Amino acid sequence: MGWARDLGIRFFVLCLGLCLAGALTGCRPDRRADLVIHNGAEPETIDPQVLTGQADGRVGSALFEGLTRYDPANGRAIPGLASSWDVSPDGRRYTFHLRTNAAFSTGEPITSDDVVWSWRRAVNPLTAADYSGFFYYVKGGEALATGASTNLASLGVRAIDPHTVEVDLVNPTPFFPDLCGMRVMSVVPRRTIEQFGDQWVRATPLPCSGPYELVYWRPNDRIRMRRNPHYWDAPHVACEVVDVLSGDSPSAALNLFLTGDVDVLIDKVVIPSELNDVLKERPDFHRYDYLGTYFFRFNVTRKPFDDPRVRRAINLVVDRKRLVERITRLGERPATALTPPGTGGYTPPPGLGFEALQATNEAAYAAALRTNVAEAQRLMAEAGFPGGKGFPPFTYMFNAGGGGGARMHENIGVELQSMLREHLGLQVELRPVEWKTYMSEMSLLNFDTIRGSWVGDYQDPTTFLDCFLSGNGNNRTGWKNARYDGLLASAAAESDPARRTELLREAETLLVRDEVPIVPLFNYKGLYAYDPTRWEGIHPNLTDEHPFWAIRRRGAAPSPRASEP
Amino acid sequence: MYFLRRLLFLVPLTLLIATMAFFLVRVAPGGPFDRERRPASPAVERALAAKYHLDESLASQYLRFLGLKWERRPDGTWGRVPGGLLAGDLGLSLKYRDHSVADIIRQGLPVSLTLGGMAFLFSMGIGIPMGFFTAVRRGTAGDWLGSALALVFLCIPGFVVGPVLILLFALQAGWFPVGLWGTPMHAVLPMVALGLYFGGRIARLTREGMTQALQSEFVRTARAKGASEFRVLLHHAFPIGVMPVVSYSGPMLADLLTGSFVVENIFQIPGIGVFMVNSSLSRDYTMVVGLVLLYAVLLLVLNLLVDVAYSLLDPRVRYE
Repeated sequence: MGWARDLGIRFFVLCLGLCLAGALTGCRPDRRADLVIHNGAEPETIDPQVLTGQADGRVGSALFEGLTRYDPANGRAIPGLASSWDVSPDGRRYTFHLRTNAAFSTGEPITSDDVVWSWRRAVNPLTAADYSGFFYYVKGGEALATGASTNLASLGVRAIDPHTVEVDLVNPTPFFPDLCGMRVMSVVPRRTIEQFGDQWVRATPLPCSGPYELVYWRPNDRIRMRRNPHYWDAPHVACEVVDVLSGDSPSAALNLFLTGDVDVLIDKVVIPSELNDVLKERPDFHRYDYLGTYFFRFNVTRKPFDDPRVRRAINLVVDRKRLVERITRLGERPATALTPPGTGGYTPPPGLGFEALQATNEAAYAAALRTNVAEAQRLMAEAGFPGGKGFPPFTYMFNAGGGGGARMHENIGVELQSMLREHLGLQVELRPVEWKTYMSEMSLLNFDTIRGSWVGDYQDPTTFLDCFLSGNGNNRTGWKNARYDGLLASAAAESDPARRTELLREAETLLVRDEVPIVPLFNYKGLYAYDPTRWEGIHPNLTDEHPFWAIRRRGAAPSPRASEP
Repeated sequence: MYFLRRLLFLVPLTLLIATMAFFLVRVAPGGPFDRERRPASPAVERALAAKYHLDESLASQYLRFLGLKWERRPDGTWGRVPGGLLAGDLGLSLKYRDHSVADIIRQGLPVSLTLGGMAFLFSMGIGIPMGFFTAVRRGTAGDWLGSALALVFLCIPGFVVGPVLILLFALQAGWFPVGLWGTPMHAVLPMVALGLYFGGRIARLTREGMTQALQSEFVRTARAKGASEFRVLLHHAFPIGVMPVVSYSGPMLADLLTGSFVVENIFQIPGIGVFMVNSSLSRDYTMVVGLVLLYAVLLLVLNLLVDVAYSLLDPRVRYE
């Protein structure tokens, strides 16, 4: 049997050898890209009209462009595939003039027909574009997106000639050019889509309408892009080859940044939040305000949260300053309104508890808080729960492990729990659930109170306020208010900007001062990292738009300013 | 014969596992398209579900998944819906909708296989000599030291070893990259981080096995025959002493080759370990089933190979 044993040992050695052989193959070194960006999550799709995630959007807008694109400095619309546009006196008709040199990366010219076809594709429910709601502003858009109409030709967009597109809007929409830069309104290649269907972004070559074209896409590794040679503004696309890395681990991202393997950490989600205190002091980490608000929702269909007095009382005892100073620690601004200040030049109305935040020193703030607490206790007594007596224990739900390594959501929950117990005698049970459960329970109104947040899509207060319309899919509180709906409808039809703002403020006052189905806590701070001595072209802006074409190595090429029409 | 039967048995077993995975993943609350923002309209939601056939009954979805669903075609004739498990098609990922499950596995598996294979060699390379040495020097200070070291390897989890290795050898010394994949240098730290734990286990298993082998009759016989100590240890005792390691190496390889969520995450390695965990969190039904199948098949095949190795290594083992 000696031979068998020898054979056995040899077999074992052979196995080991095979493993080694495996180890030596499959290593594929890459040339380093001119610009390496860590983008956070792996994009779920890069079809610009279907994508929803922020990470997906950054890739989507590098590859595809619409009539407008975003100014890297302030995130507002600047000319994209359209070089200019005219607005009719009533503000309801836009005429876009397309560039004559606009082309896909395969060289085919982009004409008005491409715009019309792309928009019709996006609004068609069969495309299943989550963001097709942005076409509600266009005549016929709502009927198409909801399936009430199937005649795609009824969408209010027409090709007048190969380089002129006319759009009819339902209401005067001052921010319509901003919407035209949204991914869902991008121009996509008709022929490729008709040939390949849903899988069209995997076609090679992939005709791209944006500043970059796709070289390859390795899931969970990187997306490599190259400057689109046929892009109308190709000379101002600063970096030739761009790698967009994806990965879930913020500490891995930080390590790669520290060793220079990554040039830009584009998103807060790839920066370890437990190191916020240290990192925010570094010159290569940059903080900025953006359109995001952290809040929590009441389920107003459940007793006793159907009583606005109860909701107001709970709102009043929240010490927002404590939350941002002790937990989030990026210098977030405590908020009592849903809309962040400066959203399209709008100042939100003071919400409940606003007066306390105006205090200029600690003592005044403490005093104001005490006043709020007294008022809250009065409201609770009025609602039939003096000192919290008779108030049923309830849950505060949040997505477990969310909010980064510092477990922000959980810590905020703990703080809220103790504030409500201390001031109102309420028993709150924290309910961490995993992400999908959190999403589905929230949609099904299967909670008492639940963490929430909203990030605006464009620079206008309606990107926040529309969420709480009755029946809006993002409302998720069960709150319905005819007056609120009416105010927003009047604001939409209003062509006088000052009057419009007034109506919006009136609606928001109803939301955050009188009815409070939500309790706003603070406005988010954005955080990104790049070495300012080596890179430029990334600017803080409210919509968090940092187009890749504008990012350039310092002193490398002429300034890539957006060329004006 | 025995192995042929085992091989045949793999088919229904795999099917059973796939079926369980298919139904279990659908029991969890929420679905692949529950996202932070609700789609524009219920029509969009319905279209999305219809695109991926999530609007069909479970039975119909299951038949479609197996590739046993017949449907009326637009021209009125009946035909089998193409694709399905029996045709070797795992379908499209529901989360990464531009990729098929097979695509993602094809992309990530070679990386995980490489890393896993290297970690396997590494853990064998440190574990077997350590176990051998401590067994032969049983009761000495060397044994105590070696065994303690093996215990330390076992006790420190990868999410501690990984960052410590990065800190020392990548960030401070600058010898190795901190992450990503591409050159052999990229593989060194992850290999150690992944293999250390298994190295500890193997050291302990080898020590157990060798200790028992050294006390057995045939070793005494070999010694009595006058065989040299070297020959006794290597030729007689080692093949038997290493048996526990062989039986452990099947499941261990299956574990290693399918990627480690922790280590791939720490070093941002584009393997499939990350998908193993995230696919179920994101309710990526097709991906979960695909990965469960991959893991199951690997585990079953490797276990079979272990049994083959067993029969070859140990003259006392026979399969009828």
